[in-house]
Amino acid sequence: MFLINCPFCGEREQSEFKAGGEAHIVRPKQPTELSDDEWAEYLFMRKNIKGIQFERWNHVHGCRKWFNMVRDTSNDQIKAVYKMGEKPPVK
Amino acid sequence: MPNNLRFKTSKIIDETYRVSFKFNNKTYFGFKGDTLASALLANGIHLVGRSFKYHRPRGIMTSGSEEPNAIIQLHDNSSRTEPNVRATEVEIYEGLVASSQNCWPSVNFDIGGINNLLSPILPAGFYYKTFMWPASFWEKYEYFIRKSAGLGKSPKVADPDIYEHKYIHCDVLVIGAGISGIMAAKMAAKNGFKTLLVDEKSYLGGSSIYDNSEFSKINNQITSSWLEKEINEISKLENLEIKTRTSVAAFHGYNFLLARENLTDHLPINQRENKVRQRLLKIRAKKVITATGSIERPLIFDNNDRPGIMLSSAIKRYIDLYGVACGENNILFTNNDTAYETAMSLIQRGIKINAIIDNREQIDSKISYEVEKNNIKIYKGYTVVETYGYRRINKISIMKLSKDGQTVIGDKTKLNCDCLGVSGGWTPAVHLFTQSGGKLKFREEDQVFIPNVYSSDQISIGSCNGDFGLEEIIKNTLFSIKKFLVIDNSEYKTVETISGLNQSKRNIWLLPSDKSLGKTKSFVDYQNDATAKDIKLALREGFRSIEHVKRYTTTGMGTDQGKLGNMHALGIISETAGTKMGEHGTTTFRPPYTPLTFGTIVGRNVGEFFDIFRRTPIHDWHVANNAEFENVGQWKRAWYYPKDNENMHQAVQRESKAARDSAGILDASTLGKIDIQGTDASEFLNRVYTNAWSKLAVGKCRYGLMLNEDGMVYDDGVTTRLGENHYIMTTTTGGAANVLGKLEDYLQTEWPELDVYLSSVTDHFATISVCGPNSKKIVSKVIPDLDLSDEKFPHMSFKNVKIDNIKCRVMRISFTGEHSYEINIQANFGKSVWEKCMEAGKDFNITPYGTETMHLLRAEKGFIIVGQDTDATLTPIDLQMDWIVSKKKYDFIGKRSLYRSDTIREDRKQLVGLLTENPEEVLEEGAQIVADIKKSPIEMLGHVTSSYYSPNLKKSIALGVVKGGKNMLGQKLIIPMENKNINVTVADPVFLDKEGERLNAKL
Repeated sequence: MFLINCPFCGEREQSEFKAGGEAHIVRPKQPTELSDDEWAEYLFMRKNIKGIQFERWNHVHGCRKWFNMVRDTSNDQIKAVYKMGEKPPVK
Repeated sequence: MPNNLRFKTSKIIDETYRVSFKFNNKTYFGFKGDTLASALLANGIHLVGRSFKYHRPRGIMTSGSEEPNAIIQLHDNSSRTEPNVRATEVEIYEGLVASSQNCWPSVNFDIGGINNLLSPILPAGFYYKTFMWPASFWEKYEYFIRKSAGLGKSPKVADPDIYEHKYIHCDVLVIGAGISGIMAAKMAAKNGFKTLLVDEKSYLGGSSIYDNSEFSKINNQITSSWLEKEINEISKLENLEIKTRTSVAAFHGYNFLLARENLTDHLPINQRENKVRQRLLKIRAKKVITATGSIERPLIFDNNDRPGIMLSSAIKRYIDLYGVACGENNILFTNNDTAYETAMSLIQRGIKINAIIDNREQIDSKISYEVEKNNIKIYKGYTVVETYGYRRINKISIMKLSKDGQTVIGDKTKLNCDCLGVSGGWTPAVHLFTQSGGKLKFREEDQVFIPNVYSSDQISIGSCNGDFGLEEIIKNTLFSIKKFLVIDNSEYKTVETISGLNQSKRNIWLLPSDKSLGKTKSFVDYQNDATAKDIKLALREGFRSIEHVKRYTTTGMGTDQGKLGNMHALGIISETAGTKMGEHGTTTFRPPYTPLTFGTIVGRNVGEFFDIFRRTPIHDWHVANNAEFENVGQWKRAWYYPKDNENMHQAVQRESKAARDSAGILDASTLGKIDIQGTDASEFLNRVYTNAWSKLAVGKCRYGLMLNEDGMVYDDGVTTRLGENHYIMTTTTGGAANVLGKLEDYLQTEWPELDVYLSSVTDHFATISVCGPNSKKIVSKVIPDLDLSDEKFPHMSFKNVKIDNIKCRVMRISFTGEHSYEINIQANFGKSVWEKCMEAGKDFNITPYGTETMHLLRAEKGFIIVGQDTDATLTPIDLQMDWIVSKKKYDFIGKRSLYRSDTIREDRKQLVGLLTENPEEVLEEGAQIVADIKKSPIEMLGHVTSSYYSPNLKKSIALGVVKGGKNMLGQKLIIPMENKNINVTVADPVFLDKEGERLNAKL
């Protein structure tokens, strides 16, 4: 079970958190301008990488804040956590 | 007991404390400190169980948690009865009751033994191959297969014992208190690390604690004496916590481990009262030192499973630690030196060794010379080819091995024995290491898998790391721990060791026989009766992956998880397939290392704590008034209130009629309530609901529909504008937490620029809904100060008022289609206001109604229930709710998805009303809807989502979703049921008062 360093609360058990899928997918500002394919790209297409993956997490049983995490899915090592809107600190 | 099997011992047996116990209904005696296995062996009993598939007699094979055969039923016929307990781990106490499993009528005579004779027709995959045909017979086969499946009996009543969970945080966790674990714990604790040392046994020291041999010395002291002093020293260390009888079950990522601590299993039942039986320890360790030791390998030869055949190291442990001889005429069969240690222990006690059979041609170690000096005949380069004796071994045949070890040559020699100790070398216990994500490597020299790449801050030391010699263990432990803990002071000046053992080994995975393989039964997995022949068959049939061979032959799939035989299975696979051993890898080591009780897993979360439920502030009133309850999410909601001997249907019909004819009252406190504030609150609602919110006046209410980004209906509810920048949103009962989560997600991640604050206030308010033509009169009595005229208080508006000086919010909103009010008051006043309404409504036959009547009343009006009439595949357009989707708004969640090519299809499933041909016939919810029953296969058009008998319309009504239903008004469809077809007509989903006359009636 992970130990996750919530950017707002510090290190906590994984059981306090909820995973929220791939990070850095921005909701289009003008959805009505998009074609079906472009909208589907936003709506459905997600990466599932073996290796470094950028993810959204929510401290749901804590401060309830959303934040981003860089995780290596091949060994579950958490490389970094950072707040929403911030640039990823690692590549 | 036969006294010739008991010897004086100073270790863990208390010879002054005699203990009586029952095994298979017969009383025996042992001593305090015995395990059930050692006590049975002291009584001359080897046969303790029957094997799973062939029901072959099986005896005690080992002395630890790796035991595959001696699994027994503990506590007969009681609530504590427990199957599959390893006799080698049970510490006996006065009054213990145990019995054999998987045999009938008795372990000595078992009818199932016939399977052994049938074994030529019961090869691997027999069940898969045989019971496939004909397919329709499966139900008949299943009955018999289920009857013979599984081992032991599960308890029939609740477990009386107490279990609990405990978190432990430490700097260093040391798993295993053998010689290397003890040294590591001392080094860690003395250097200031908060250390926890755990061991599955009741004593510390592992197998070195009874190593009394002159051939194994540390600093010129006998190993066991040296180690005892070490144990004495560490037990005084303040930084060190020691837990015995504690087995690590799982090693997860980030050094999170689960361990089971046994607290009372060794005590007589009457001393366990009110004590915690087992504790699940949830350990977070900064650093983990694994010192779990190694498991001796058996040897694979024909009939290697008879009672009396044991691991050589087990024989040594029983004699040295428990003072129990496993036989009076022993033979040892080995491919390495460790069996000679056993031989020395037997020689010291004067126990007869008939012979030693050694696979090796050359044996060159001090200890083997010493054994030879004692006139023990050693057959060098020999192998056992056959064993004899049904319920206990009495004879073996041996033959000379060819040079390459692939065949046997020469004549057969027969030797008598009553106990055969086998040793095939050692397998490092790498289970926990691999569970944690570690990667193994294969060491060719002695054919073992050892830790290679670690996944977290941890280290393996001692024989679980592949260090088998005493000198190697001590030297490497000191070196590795210093490096691992980054310390200079090892606490050990110089440690000199002397060992009489040599590490040579002649490894042959499957020993040859003079018989063809097909005529032999060489067991690889004892518990599941998988033989070498089965593994070879699997390979012939095309299986290559070790994971597939495992599942096909069930090798390693017993409760022991193949701790003894998995390596041999791998060896035989690579030999047969002609591949290199390391290339196959191993099967996955999964937690738990040894089985856990359900009690340990659930801890205190039993009974009412298993799944907590929420009660409304008015709950006690519902209970006092005979309500039946329904679970909605975690809530207990009043379902209906039966009067006299009413059944559910009768109660619901009465409640529904009363609500429409006069007055009904509903506890709606469970509806989710979210308080929304901030200067952008209106804009926020515009974005999350499908309809427009900016123009909603303060003091007004509006119904809203919320979609997912994919356009599907997610939740609904009424939201009220309390102030310029203040709203209260209601959600469905089950959806409250998810809706709040979704709103927070959008606010924090997509629209952080909005000034909006959300608070869940579901529990803060009690909500009482009063409806019906007399609701106005009732509410006017409860809140006399409130002007209820349509002008001052129209439908879909709200007022702040006071009841007995307590502030409350009253909304005029309706989920029934009747004139109705919803009173929201501070939760702790909920019950008194409810009672006030009941009192005020007395003259109007005010009738409390539950969720079932609520569902019926709304269905009459065609109002949907999200989650009942919808299932995340329906858009508002599918629900014929186009009116609530704003055309003007530029964007809202899900808008773009409403005109994707898929969502604009005409033949999507759409919500319709359904009326049965026979108005008395009530449809079954979930029933399929079709148009043509002659076509094959019948095309499913949709299903019934809600169905009731309406007492107000005096006919059956239903809602359902039907492909293209919107354009099928008036069309006839069929609901095919098991014994009849029901004819229905597609109708408008609004069955009652479409014009809203009841709602707007002047009262």
